[in-house]
Amino acid sequence: MNTRNFSRRDVLKLSAAGVAVGALGACATTPGSKGKVVVVGGGWGGATAAKYLRLWSEGSIDVTLVEPSRTFVSCPISNLVLGGSRTIEQLTMGYDGLRAHGVNVVHDTVTAIDAGKRQVRLASGTSLPYDRLIVSPGIESSAEFMYEGIKGMTAADADVIPHAWKAGPQTVLLRRQLEAMADGGTVVLSVPMAPYRCPPGPYERTCQIAHYLKTRKPKSKLIVVDANPQVTSKGPLFTRVWKEDYAGIVEYRPNMAVNEVDVKGRTLVSNLGDRIKGDVLNFIPPQRAANIARDAGLITANNRWCEVDWMTMESIKVPGVHVIGDATLSAPLMPKSGHMANQHGKAAAAAIVELMNGRAPVPPMMANTCYSYIDDRNAIHVASVHRWVPEKKTMEVVAGASGVSGQDRAQWVFEGQYAWGWAQTVWADMLA
Amino acid sequence: MRTKVYVSGAILGLSTWGSGLTQALAQTDAGQARYVAANCANCHGTAGTARGGMPSLAGQSKERLAESFRAFRDGKRPATVMHQIAKGYTDQQIDAMAEYFASQKAAR
Repeated sequence: MNTRNFSRRDVLKLSAAGVAVGALGACATTPGSKGKVVVVGGGWGGATAAKYLRLWSEGSIDVTLVEPSRTFVSCPISNLVLGGSRTIEQLTMGYDGLRAHGVNVVHDTVTAIDAGKRQVRLASGTSLPYDRLIVSPGIESSAEFMYEGIKGMTAADADVIPHAWKAGPQTVLLRRQLEAMADGGTVVLSVPMAPYRCPPGPYERTCQIAHYLKTRKPKSKLIVVDANPQVTSKGPLFTRVWKEDYAGIVEYRPNMAVNEVDVKGRTLVSNLGDRIKGDVLNFIPPQRAANIARDAGLITANNRWCEVDWMTMESIKVPGVHVIGDATLSAPLMPKSGHMANQHGKAAAAAIVELMNGRAPVPPMMANTCYSYIDDRNAIHVASVHRWVPEKKTMEVVAGASGVSGQDRAQWVFEGQYAWGWAQTVWADMLA
Repeated sequence: MRTKVYVSGAILGLSTWGSGLTQALAQTDAGQARYVAANCANCHGTAGTARGGMPSLAGQSKERLAESFRAFRDGKRPATVMHQIAKGYTDQQIDAMAEYFASQKAAR
């Protein structure tokens, strides 16, 4: 993509001189409309982008959101369904709130993106034109990739060995397996090499499963097989909790990448040949941006992730297409979290509103807070603030503006209350 | 003000703007405030109206908001998260956010 440096004054001059005039694109729009935006994917990033485009454009940008599912199921908090303190229904919401903002919500699947013609094709056969496209596809959670390179396992086997890394039926399936397991059984949880969706997620899940076992099946064990050399996020806190709260239940094994699954034998096999057998297996496979991003040529890094211009979230490769959420190649120390995807959505919406109004985008700021519940009541967090650094053309954590929970456990009770308040507030920020 | 910004080549496909330069600049600065303030919305709600017992910011006095924020930043007010988050913003951003939330109507 041809990128140029402008000062705001330059942009003003250009526009004032009448150099940059004319319609936004070739597409017909409703009278008074500043342009059409199509959003692919109604998760944390896409839903937020759709809502904020409508809010910040004061209804002057036409927004169509394409999402196959009629309901949104939150990944954050879904580990608590495994622990038993929340139900999947509490994490499930509809898209009517977005409709009330004037978002045209279409329940369909985008099968192709034609960036040349600026349109997307839908499974139903129709096409949607756009002036700007926002792609918020998440990680690929179906088909070949998740298990490609994993001997003995295919996507279909996820019905027996769930990943539960996209909240919904997979979460419920894993919960049922835990409920069906006899006391004295062994659960095996496998963590992929970073980067993956939700850095602290596997360790929160460890706590949640351990909490369930401790309270309901105390003779049972949980073996955590981690491809990473150590706990990826909030390490000292999680390690302390496992020692203080879940001794004798949680066994943590770092540096152990699973590359083979014996589905019938309910056994994970590591790259060093270790065989870990369990009664319930939760294999979280390696991840990359979803197929639609790959097919549109948006994946530019390591065959996995989409690089963006953080100023606008626009793809570095495909003009007019903005990529947000877990599918992006993360900026330094930026987590693939729902909270961060929400912030990406706002950054993309802000940039598009400015551009469609003939103004230069403003440098983005993003904040992140990820809570992890260590049982049914207590939570710990990691937080950071990220700013645009023009000389490096990326986002960086502002010096000093990051951290995790303190070691005072009395505070973790409050954090547990804040975490549930956060969930309700951020769901409304996306969908209400 | 000559802030260097990084703009994609697509800037050349602009719509017409009806308003004058001054108004456009003012709009951009107001826009900047709402964009930075949207960092807070995840925990404090869209336009500062929170749910689930989280503190709402909408409609509070600008002075009080800015003062609280700085107290978190400077470690004078204890917090679980805000002492970390507050260090991420400049004085100018803090004042802009405070002004934005002060001007929002408190819902419910």
